[in-house]
Amino acid sequence: MANINPRVIKVEYAVRGPIVIRAGEIEKQIKEGQHNFPFDRVIRANIGDCHASGNQVPVTYIRQFLAGCTYPPLIDSSDFPSDIKQKVQRLLSVCGGKSLGSYTESQGLITVREDIAKYIQERDGYPSNPSDIYLCNGASDGIKTVIKLLMNNDPKKPSGIMIPVPQYPLYSATLSEYGAHQIEYYLDEDNNWALNIDELERALNQSKEHCVPRGIVIINPGNPTGQVLSRENIENIVRFAEKHRLFILADEVYQENTYLPGSKFFSFKKVLMDLGAPYNHMEMASFHSASKASKGWHGECGSRGGYYELINIDKDVRMQVNKLISASLCSAAWGQAMMGAIINPPKEGELSYELYKKERSDIVSRLKQKADLVSQLFNSVEGVRCNAVMGAMYAFPRIEIPEKAIQHAKSKNMAPDAFYCFQFLEKTGVCVVPGSGFKQKPGTHHLRTTILPPVDQMKVMVEKFRKFHMEFLREWK
Amino acid sequence: MLAIRCRLPINSSRIVSAAGVITRKEQKRHASLTMETLNPLVKEVEYAVRGPIVIRAGEIEKKLKGSHNFPFDRVIRANIGDCHASGNQVPITYIRQFVAGCTYPELMKSSNFPSDIKSRVERLLSVCGGKSLGAYTESQGIITIREDIAAYIQQRDGYPSDPNNIYLCNGASDGIKTIIKLLMNNNLEKPSGIMIPVPQYPLYSATLSEYGAYQIEYYLDEGNNWALNIDELERALNQSKDRCVPRGMVIINPGNPTGQVLSRDNIENVIRFAHKHQLFVVADEVYQENVHLPGSKFFSFKKTLMDLGAPYNQMEMASFHSASKGWHGECGSRGGYYELINIDKDVRVQVNKLISACLCSTAWGQAVMAAIINPPKEGEPSYELYKQERSAVVNRLREKAELVGRLFNSVEGVQCNPVMGAMYAFPRIELPKKAIEHAKSKNMAPDAFYCFQLLEKTGICVVPGSGFKQSPGTHHFRTTILPPVDQMKDMVEKFRTFHLSFLREWK
Repeated sequence: MANINPRVIKVEYAVRGPIVIRAGEIEKQIKEGQHNFPFDRVIRANIGDCHASGNQVPVTYIRQFLAGCTYPPLIDSSDFPSDIKQKVQRLLSVCGGKSLGSYTESQGLITVREDIAKYIQERDGYPSNPSDIYLCNGASDGIKTVIKLLMNNDPKKPSGIMIPVPQYPLYSATLSEYGAHQIEYYLDEDNNWALNIDELERALNQSKEHCVPRGIVIINPGNPTGQVLSRENIENIVRFAEKHRLFILADEVYQENTYLPGSKFFSFKKVLMDLGAPYNHMEMASFHSASKASKGWHGECGSRGGYYELINIDKDVRMQVNKLISASLCSAAWGQAMMGAIINPPKEGELSYELYKKERSDIVSRLKQKADLVSQLFNSVEGVRCNAVMGAMYAFPRIEIPEKAIQHAKSKNMAPDAFYCFQFLEKTGVCVVPGSGFKQKPGTHHLRTTILPPVDQMKVMVEKFRKFHMEFLREWK
Repeated sequence: MLAIRCRLPINSSRIVSAAGVITRKEQKRHASLTMETLNPLVKEVEYAVRGPIVIRAGEIEKKLKGSHNFPFDRVIRANIGDCHASGNQVPITYIRQFVAGCTYPELMKSSNFPSDIKSRVERLLSVCGGKSLGAYTESQGIITIREDIAAYIQQRDGYPSDPNNIYLCNGASDGIKTIIKLLMNNNLEKPSGIMIPVPQYPLYSATLSEYGAYQIEYYLDEGNNWALNIDELERALNQSKDRCVPRGMVIINPGNPTGQVLSRDNIENVIRFAHKHQLFVVADEVYQENVHLPGSKFFSFKKTLMDLGAPYNQMEMASFHSASKGWHGECGSRGGYYELINIDKDVRVQVNKLISACLCSTAWGQAVMAAIINPPKEGEPSYELYKQERSAVVNRLREKAELVGRLFNSVEGVQCNPVMGAMYAFPRIELPKKAIEHAKSKNMAPDAFYCFQLLEKTGICVVPGSGFKQSPGTHHFRTTILPPVDQMKDMVEKFRTFHLSFLREWK
């Protein structure tokens, strides 16, 4: 430990952190038989993994497509849908040796990038160039690459990146790993987790001595907070970033997970372009993922499919990016194929359309139902307040923790909500991630749960939570 | 740029903005990421295998589609170890059936689907979240795969291997970058130093540039089949001590681009050297199943370490393997793994934490690795076909390894060490002085100039030796041995013609 890279030691990632490790241990013990837990299963509500949580099964056309790309003799069978067969042939025609086993171009297969550019163009009404699209091993991989570009390697005054609080801990982990300065800006809990420009200005000003501010991360829809930013809010952020010459990193992996009527997703790129000059020349990157994507209905997390679009990037810089990514050759071809399937679903009239439409609406309506249900249920528990789940896949209720419990937690060197969540796990088997894992306003406590488990399981979960919470309040009064 | 006249007392740049015309000055004002502000370490990164010559080959390919003046009608891509793309082979059947079954389990209901592959699929899916390959896996990778890998290693070496020491990653490249990262000290004045062979696979120099680490270059001995001489290792290490803190040593065995398969003796000496200097051993063994010359045998660093007994069997090391090479060549899957050996348990907790932030490697890559590491066994329904397909690939490679070394050696002024393993030949070429001067005047490495000429005149795309580093004053290029036999013969003949005319031109 004395000579391991010191930055590695600073890295934390709560979504798979200590509480999740503990949940795994408990699961093992339950499996092995002899145990004293007052429950017989662990409910894993810590990670946005749709297939694992039982929320859904894979969408049929996607898996047929991928299987066809994997083992082409399959597509000759009379069972194999002809529209998917064509899609497979189109993809394989641009693969080396017509095989998904060849390295692809470093940016990714051209037909997939063409389809992505088309998707973006349709979404925004502005042109998108396949040469600006980069397929990566999940959005996480792309995010790390882009942040790397902004690093200055000056330990005295390192690059600073603005990140929201609460945030998805990939950002804090990456900035720790890179030795960069984290410029934390607080989201406004009382105002549906909005980004206030005053707060952005405060955060930036206070950081100027410690770092060279280079970029701003915005997660929209938010994780863990689930807000879907209003058009106006996005415009103000763009103006702020332009004023301070910040590179915008728009984490938009939940762009197709919006639930509340009145929550509409506006892409940063579209807003940038709509604002016209000088904003429409600002540099930015937008990230999307196969893990969440398309109305949150396919959730192909394991594929590690993802991409980013680089917008208005200097052409010399772009050459450097291309060179950098070439050393790792290319992202997973199967993940690229997955992204290709997702971004270009069956169209009305095509053979696979009806089934796809049905599967998709099943999943979407379930998610919508749960988004509504979950925040309602949490709000019905005394001492718990939960903002509406406008988008993404999580609820982030705020809990009041009694002073005695807070002191006890501190005596054990634990964040109060971490102590709370560990107790919750040990007593009910429900695994959620403490708010401290995402950072939060000092003195506040939260937990993040996904809304992915099946409806009945979610109801059970919230009832267990209610019971636990009341007992906890009594115990630590 | 339009000149805009306005009588109103308004700031002119605002008018220009309103008119939608962006001046160059304003463009600069908005820039948040330019060459000046780009991470300086990124600018240092080079990766020749997909570098300028390959970019040029792509341009030529495009032009060949239409009307053109090139004296050839196709580009022969011999720059990258990509088996399927180069036409060396088609995918191995059982591997693709396995992955297809994992992808779309419905398929396995068909009576055509081999039962042995079906049970393998069921075993894998049984440990996936929701029985789907679409779920995130454990950060280290799916447990049954790690168990199979541990069993493979144990069988190979005769020493136990623990699935908890196995880490599935997005291709060996990804794992290598992670491990090297652990050794970094983030001290600008005296950065961590890592010993790398010359010639080397340029992922290493690229990664060390990216990380701002010091590259301690040790020369392989061309006159002795690219062996690692301990004297040379000592020299390289000593000369670096002022400038860095030496932390680790990379050995690529079998070698890339050099193709040597190290003798048992050589490996033992390298281990003793690393132990003496407390260096972490990074054993890149991705070509462990590409050994061609009779008499060449692959010895794993781990086995050698263990056989040597104390104190060597307590040394920390990492060994890398890949789905991209061997007889399977599934490059696009980005399957790969590393085994961490004798790692401090607290350090291992840190590694696990570090990799967890990217969740997991591609599940499909893990599935490909699973298929590869646990092929059909004798007696199983898929065995005969697998055996046949695998021998065909292996025999072809063997044939070409022998052929290519021989053919290059038959060209005047070219000397090629035998291709003992891996997938490349790395012939050394004598370049006339005039050509060297000319190249330098164009700010090009002489062998880069040579290779560009080769490309423009014959359509053959190989990678200049300068892309791998080499002993100063020597010139090489790396070609794969992957194109089909007749294409390889054709390639060497074209090369012969080109080389003789190049010698004449630059005499």
